[in-house]
Amino acid sequence: MKKRFLSLLVAATMVVSMFAGCGSKDNAAENNSSNSNTAGTTNTSTTQEAGNQAADNTADQGKVLNIYAWNEEFKSRVTDFYPGYEVVDNTHGKIGEVEVVWNITPSDNNAYQDNLDAGLLKQESAAADEKIDIFLVEADYALKYVDTPYTMSIADLGITDAELAEQYQYTKDVVTDSNGVLKGLSWQGCPGALFYSRAVAKEVLGTDDPAEIQKYVSDWDKFVETAALMQESGYFMTSSVMDTFRVYSNNVTSKWVEGGKINIDANIMKWVEDSKKMYDAGQTGTHGLWSDDWNKGFYPEGKVFCYFGPAWLINFCMAADVEGSIGNQGGWGATEGPQGFFWGGTWICAAAGTDNAALVKDIMLKITTDPEIMKDIVVKTDDFVNNKSVMNAMAADTSYSSKVLGGQNPLAMYCKGVESIDLSNLSNYDSGCNIDFQSAITNYFEGNATLEEALDIFYQSVAERYPELGY
Amino acid sequence: MKNKGLGIKGRRLIAYTVLILISFFCLFWFYILFINASRSHSELTKGFTLIPSTHLLDNWVNVMNGTLPIVRGMLNSLIIAGSSAVLCTYFSAMTAYAIHAYNFKLRNFMFTFILIIMMIPTQVNAQGFLQLVDKMNLDNSFVPLIIPAIAAPVTFFYLKQYMESSLPLSLIEAARIDGSGEFKTFNKIVLPLMKPAIAVQAIFSFVGNWNNYFTPALILHDNEKKTLPILIAQLRGADFLKFDMGQVYMMIAFSIFPVIIIYLVLSKHIVQGVALGSVKG
Amino acid sequence: MKKKGRVVRYNKWGYIFLIPFVVVYIIFNLIPLVTTIYNSFFECYRSGLTQVGPNYVGLDNYETLLGSKELWQYLGNTFLIWLMGFVPQILLSLLLAAWFSDPSLRLKGQRFFKTVIYLPNVIMASALSMLFFTLFSEGGPVNSMLLQMGLIEEPVKFFASVWGTRGIIAFMNILMWFGNTTILLMAGMMGIDTELFEAAQVDGAKPSQIFFKITMPLLKPILLYTLITSLIGGIQMFDVPQVLSNGSGNPIRSCMTVIMYLNKHLYSKNYGMGGALSVILFVVTGILSLIVFRMTVKKEK
Repeated sequence: MKKRFLSLLVAATMVVSMFAGCGSKDNAAENNSSNSNTAGTTNTSTTQEAGNQAADNTADQGKVLNIYAWNEEFKSRVTDFYPGYEVVDNTHGKIGEVEVVWNITPSDNNAYQDNLDAGLLKQESAAADEKIDIFLVEADYALKYVDTPYTMSIADLGITDAELAEQYQYTKDVVTDSNGVLKGLSWQGCPGALFYSRAVAKEVLGTDDPAEIQKYVSDWDKFVETAALMQESGYFMTSSVMDTFRVYSNNVTSKWVEGGKINIDANIMKWVEDSKKMYDAGQTGTHGLWSDDWNKGFYPEGKVFCYFGPAWLINFCMAADVEGSIGNQGGWGATEGPQGFFWGGTWICAAAGTDNAALVKDIMLKITTDPEIMKDIVVKTDDFVNNKSVMNAMAADTSYSSKVLGGQNPLAMYCKGVESIDLSNLSNYDSGCNIDFQSAITNYFEGNATLEEALDIFYQSVAERYPELGY
Repeated sequence: MKNKGLGIKGRRLIAYTVLILISFFCLFWFYILFINASRSHSELTKGFTLIPSTHLLDNWVNVMNGTLPIVRGMLNSLIIAGSSAVLCTYFSAMTAYAIHAYNFKLRNFMFTFILIIMMIPTQVNAQGFLQLVDKMNLDNSFVPLIIPAIAAPVTFFYLKQYMESSLPLSLIEAARIDGSGEFKTFNKIVLPLMKPAIAVQAIFSFVGNWNNYFTPALILHDNEKKTLPILIAQLRGADFLKFDMGQVYMMIAFSIFPVIIIYLVLSKHIVQGVALGSVKG
Repeated sequence: MKKKGRVVRYNKWGYIFLIPFVVVYIIFNLIPLVTTIYNSFFECYRSGLTQVGPNYVGLDNYETLLGSKELWQYLGNTFLIWLMGFVPQILLSLLLAAWFSDPSLRLKGQRFFKTVIYLPNVIMASALSMLFFTLFSEGGPVNSMLLQMGLIEEPVKFFASVWGTRGIIAFMNILMWFGNTTILLMAGMMGIDTELFEAAQVDGAKPSQIFFKITMPLLKPILLYTLITSLIGGIQMFDVPQVLSNGSGNPIRSCMTVIMYLNKHLYSKNYGMGGALSVILFVVTGILSLIVFRMTVKKEK
């Protein structure tokens, strides 16, 4: 009881000092925003400072390495492949004398970003052992962090361009800020492919050979034609219109936000147009990605011809170990599809102010450039790693094949796809815009709203999410 | 001559039929839940059956080894709902006692004030509440979810009404003559007398906090700290777990069936308590 | 009850016993309420890592809110969904309460039925919503049952249709609250003097006549009470539509309630707008609760 009253007392005293509403916190925040403004124009000076700081810190290494992530993926990579990492418990580890603390928040409902934002905003005033050292980002919102002084440049960590020569260019584009400074690294590449059901292909198209199937889906017009063929035989072309969204949205020629205004690219509108046609014809559904209904097509009963996805879709979604699934019988084939795209991937960023710069540098180098480790990752986890020579060698290796894909080795196809990815049109609003667009436009597909009404809902949702944007 | 309309028997028959139908609609969903929690994912993709399958244990094991810490979530919910219920009833009884047993200047003002604020939903000051929590560095902590339970106007009102009917002031007077201190009188004499009412309110307070989703979702961010409703709502978002619907059903079952069992044990008090509250309220 | 003298010195204990309530109420309710109102006059939000404001903007936030069609749309949604649930719920509850309290019917197993109908009320709304979402999804059990029974040709997309989604929300509200309402009304009916019924029966009134001519008028206060508390509860509607539509209020935001809208502002840390919206809600519920307050006070007397 005493404790409760004590905390009440503390609460009461704090209340006295807080009355100014948005008050004191905003002063700090204003500083931040002015920081980022200056950073926008003269970024070099800030990063320079951060670099000096890092250099200083190398001398006295911090005792705690704080890592922010939204799932277990990076943790398992570090656990399995970083030499000298010892597991302490579920959220703690040790590298030499340094304690590693994993702060894992799932990304649902933006929780990961909110948590990370809060942490980064407190970074300056936090005690050395509490400071964030490493945080992970996804492509959709990488720029939100990369384009601020909260993220350290890779060069300031002491990593040279030469050391990164084997990495795929697009993985660097994602985390390059508006001044061309590289601020993060990834160990994986996520080029996508079209996965089709071999059984359906044989029945409807008379063949399941990837090269032959590619002819049926080589561009969007052919894709829509094939959808009609599928429908005649009682199959859905894709499980949901959302399956093709990323393929279109990766091939845009403008950004989601241009000059402070929300902008919808022509290729996105083409997706809307094509998808509406296919949905109205009954060739696909409108299930959200990851939903149970979307997932049904991984089983023969779902009657779905194809899915779009990167290599990890096979591991995560195709339920290869579940009896009765298509993947279980090696029933999938892979081909390039209408347009190249990528999906997912995790980037490692160093937080400015880290007290473990040397260790951060070493982890980045080992996990994202060391050929031995990277090869090991491919062999043990089927991941597609961010190393050209390793991947090209594996692609040529005839002994490597995927069971789920009926013995096909898809790596060569991925390698080809990954070179063509162009990411010059990312913006730091992508994650919100993608989610809101899919959600709003579903109203149009399902016939609850006209195109204009659906777009209105989209604009409205984005404006709620990012109050500073106009439309 | 159909003066009485349908005969008693006919009316009784209709009443029973409707009641059984309604009971069916109340319970049917939980039956489906139970069936589906016992089926594997591939069985679930094949459509619905009325007979349970054999994967209850598998799903259970998978959920326990899964990424969402729902046992932890249940524990968190228990801690928050439990301590809220205790604080809420104890201090509401104290507040009610203050208004009931003492005749001070602001008494009527306070009583009216509490009655007025009784119906204001907590959501309207959520914005300032969040800011306060942030300022006090209580973000991601249980404290702001438990302490506010002390000021619970509805519980206060119920207990105040109960005191009026079953706590004679002469009793307190007698205690004073015996030399009992005011605080001691409250703890040793008043509280035991209030037991039935407190028990009912403790249950309601517990259920209310147990089910609360709005405030905890805004305050708790770490998976380790989240309460059950937040974790369940997360199932609706993107998650790899969802590829096993068997697990999803099992998690929902995990959050619903214990409550049903406890409810059945306590149902007599709960149903009576609702009725009691209405007569007085 | 006014005993002067010895008792007076005890009365300071009234203040002492009120301290916990007052302190906690001030800290966790009153101060937040005041800061909420204060913030509603500012432009103040965080976008990612940049903080905008606070800049004093006077009544701009209110103008934007009240002038936009969204707020009215969401208020309308909330009211409509509430009404869709309330009307059937009150009718059903009246019927059940009349049966339960009718001495001539002598229904057996009342405790069982009461226990069952109150049951959904104690279930976590978020878990129940998640359950209904899976049950009513396109490939979910409800659809496959209807298919198997041959009632439909192809799966019904409940959550793609405005009235399907609203209907499910309203249905869940009924399910969760009709037991509560029944028990409340029943308690009200039990309070009616049974001699009135007997006298009416002697006069040869039909059960339906007794119900409409005697029970209903006497129930009026408790019906009104139920109506207003349910309305206040309706304004707070959040968990069910939030989970069912994953926060989007889709289709076409037809299921977006005002609290979901508030939640969106709170989540994006838009304190200004969130504050203004809260104040509007505060005024609305304030008026409603004043009505309830006057009713309860009247009953006291």
